[in-house]
Amino acid sequence: MTSFALNGKPVEVDVDPATPLLWVLRDSLGLTGTKFGCGMALCGACTVHLDGKAIRSCVAPVSRVEGKHVTTIEGLSPDSSHPLQRAWMEIDVPQCGYCQSGQIMSAAVLLREIPKPTDKDIDEAMGGNICRCGTYPRIRRAIHRAAEMTTEKSKS
Amino acid sequence: MSRAENLLEVKPDSLSQEAVVKVASRMGRRSFLKTTASASVGLCIAGFVPELLSAAARRAAATSSSFAPNAFVRIAPDDTVTVISGHSEMGQGIYTSLAMVLNEELEADWSNVRVVSAPVDPAYNHTIYGVQMTGGSSSTPSEWERLRKMGAMARIMLVQAAAQRWNVDPSGCRVANGVVIHAASGKKATYGSLTADAAQLKPPTDVKLKDPKQFTLVGKPKHRVDTKEKTNGTAQFGLDVSLPNMVHAVVARPPVFGGKVKSVDATEAKKIPGVLAIEQIPEGVAVVAKSFWSAKQAREKLNVSWDDGPNANLSTDQMLADFSKQSANPGIVAKKEGDAPSALKGAAKTITAEYDVPYLAHAMMEPLNCVVDLRSDSCELWTGTQFQTIDRMQAAKTVGLPPEKVKINTTLLGGGFGRRANPASDFIIEAVNVAKVAKAPVKVVWTREDDLAGGWYRPMWHDRFSAGLDAQGNPVAWTHTIVGQSILDGTLFESFGIKNGVDSASVEGAADILYGIPNLQVDLHSPKIGVPVQWWRSVGHSHTGFSVEGFFDEMAHAGKKDPYQLRRTLLAKQPRMLALLDLVAQKGNWGKPLPAGHGRGIATHFSFDTYVAQVIEASVEKNGNVRVHRVVCAVDCGRVINPDIVKAQMEGGIIFGLTAALKTEITLKSGRVQQHNFHDYPMLRIFETPEIEVHIMPSEENPTGVGEPSVPPVAPALTNAIFAATGKRIRRLPIRASELAESSEVKS
Repeated sequence: MTSFALNGKPVEVDVDPATPLLWVLRDSLGLTGTKFGCGMALCGACTVHLDGKAIRSCVAPVSRVEGKHVTTIEGLSPDSSHPLQRAWMEIDVPQCGYCQSGQIMSAAVLLREIPKPTDKDIDEAMGGNICRCGTYPRIRRAIHRAAEMTTEKSKS
Repeated sequence: MSRAENLLEVKPDSLSQEAVVKVASRMGRRSFLKTTASASVGLCIAGFVPELLSAAARRAAATSSSFAPNAFVRIAPDDTVTVISGHSEMGQGIYTSLAMVLNEELEADWSNVRVVSAPVDPAYNHTIYGVQMTGGSSSTPSEWERLRKMGAMARIMLVQAAAQRWNVDPSGCRVANGVVIHAASGKKATYGSLTADAAQLKPPTDVKLKDPKQFTLVGKPKHRVDTKEKTNGTAQFGLDVSLPNMVHAVVARPPVFGGKVKSVDATEAKKIPGVLAIEQIPEGVAVVAKSFWSAKQAREKLNVSWDDGPNANLSTDQMLADFSKQSANPGIVAKKEGDAPSALKGAAKTITAEYDVPYLAHAMMEPLNCVVDLRSDSCELWTGTQFQTIDRMQAAKTVGLPPEKVKINTTLLGGGFGRRANPASDFIIEAVNVAKVAKAPVKVVWTREDDLAGGWYRPMWHDRFSAGLDAQGNPVAWTHTIVGQSILDGTLFESFGIKNGVDSASVEGAADILYGIPNLQVDLHSPKIGVPVQWWRSVGHSHTGFSVEGFFDEMAHAGKKDPYQLRRTLLAKQPRMLALLDLVAQKGNWGKPLPAGHGRGIATHFSFDTYVAQVIEASVEKNGNVRVHRVVCAVDCGRVINPDIVKAQMEGGIIFGLTAALKTEITLKSGRVQQHNFHDYPMLRIFETPEIEVHIMPSEENPTGVGEPSVPPVAPALTNAIFAATGKRIRRLPIRASELAESSEVKS
């Protein structure tokens, strides 16, 4: 039995502790917003937060999250209102949309650590996330826009 | 319904031929659409084809109170408008564009419009290709007229229902934002309040479509209808489908194309907890388990002995040499204007060059998958497919049921790029075969490694050119010999898509170049090789764009002409491309000073009835690494439905093209694919992505496709820029840093 907090709620799963977190989330717990892209931590589609850090859930054995906090795209905000989600909608970032959960989860950690990221900060934080549709220019714009929204909010 | 469509419903075997006849007979309509482009602009009276009022229309109605006048739209009492899309959403924004087209005439409140995927039904057949499918950058051209008619039909009936209720003349009523208004009395009724009455009315047989000057939705950058679900994890892709009691499966496939299972030792594999069945199927060995992870682990423990078959010695290095040798001999003539061989002999100067492109995998972010629920008398599939009619037919044949007993639920596609329109329905038939042994609803998942090694690649192609110039450097002759596998060869479409030995997909973008060169000859060799090949975003244009525009640049330099100016001269009779070329040259600062070490390249390409021109600015580092600084793109795709979606498709296609130019190739050694995952089949990443600027040419011509046409000019604009920066000519993709490093020899 592995116990951890998922999007703020305690969960227990009875699986082989070596099973990657990704498949526990998707197949055991039914949270399919986190995606399978490569299985080798090469594409970032499976990015979730483990105690606030971005990790690739496709290579993280579920035993690693025992007693810790996991946040997935479903838990990023209760109503799709995270500044990144609002910026993503304002700029219409997604094309096929498959990689976008991972993109947003990587960007969320970046914005928390660097509220006003430069292009270089974005390059470094987002370099592990592949988008085959080529939405990178919009991802960059949307991260800057989300940073603006956050700053506007903190000013008011 | 037409005869072919009736057959589609009942006879799986004859169906294939009938459906294909229809596809083939419509292929010629591409040019028809083009030449009649302006004819249907303005007011037109549209007649309905009876098949649009088929059973699917009735099935589309979810409840008795919904109003579903045809197969493409239903309106609920709560004012919700549901557009039913026969075209699959794979990122190209088609759900949004088609809803805009339909609602331009319906005039419902746009915020109430949502889109769902259609069931498989002849009512949704592509208006050009005659089967239900998504591809060829043709969804908007297919639906531009039909969906406006469908929207108008619904609006007319709603107005009629209101007029009857108020006992007034319908001509005294108008509509705005989902409300019918009677001008004289000021009476108003929402569409939702009229659905029950409208459902009782007879559909009109003719409708008058709006004058484009009155468009309020078409041409506006509306937000996409599916962005929210794609930012909060709720969007449903095939891989996200789950059924009660569903099991999971992976398949061990032969390491060499065409290989067969000799023997299977599953002793160790069966020890993995959760394994339910390990069975041989025609495609290899199916491993069925309670979870994907168990299935994958068990597959790793499987001991399969394979008979590699006839392709065990395939080598792309050898093919590279063979193709070059073959290109020295004339092939089957695909295009002949004037007398190019004689003109070459008489030319003041001649140049020759050879170009190569590799096999490429589509590498959609969502790996292939398919959920199948097979029962004794029915078969239901959930998958992201681009090829519903063909897939249903193939699934039906595989299970021995009539097609109407097979249901396909089309989910969102996590990328398609052609791979999910497989001419042999490979991943569909395989999944159905797995379902036969799984004995429960089953989800078949391909890993990234399965996907990259699984074949159905963009073909490897070789292009040999010669050009003759007169004493002033003007081109007088052009010959182009193409070597590469035919995509249609061996498919259902073979006898119709290949004419006199020429597969049109092999020579597109070469046999129909827009440049006015007096003596032109294009010929083709189509070697048969045991590697499955398929259409890949921009298909044949993905090699001809590179080779034709690269060699054109060489020809300009050989004649001491500016590459932009020579293109201008030879495009004199192509006003749409000429205008784009001038626009892109101006926006791309052609001829203006550049930072030291930077170069600019220019390229144009006409594909899928859409014109694209690009200028790329690039530089090369000492170690040979290419840096792409800026891409300026101009597009003429006729009337624009949604400019932001057009822009997104240009951006995406450019990045797709840069990945192909700079990064990827599938190679084979001893019949085995050498690439495995994104470490050895790398994608362009955000830090390598240049500034991209898109300019859309205003146009009142009928809309044409935008999914593919931005891909072909990318590689040549880039290699032409590299030549301008370094004097080194790249003739083989992907671009190799080793060829550009300072120590390497200058080629020109």
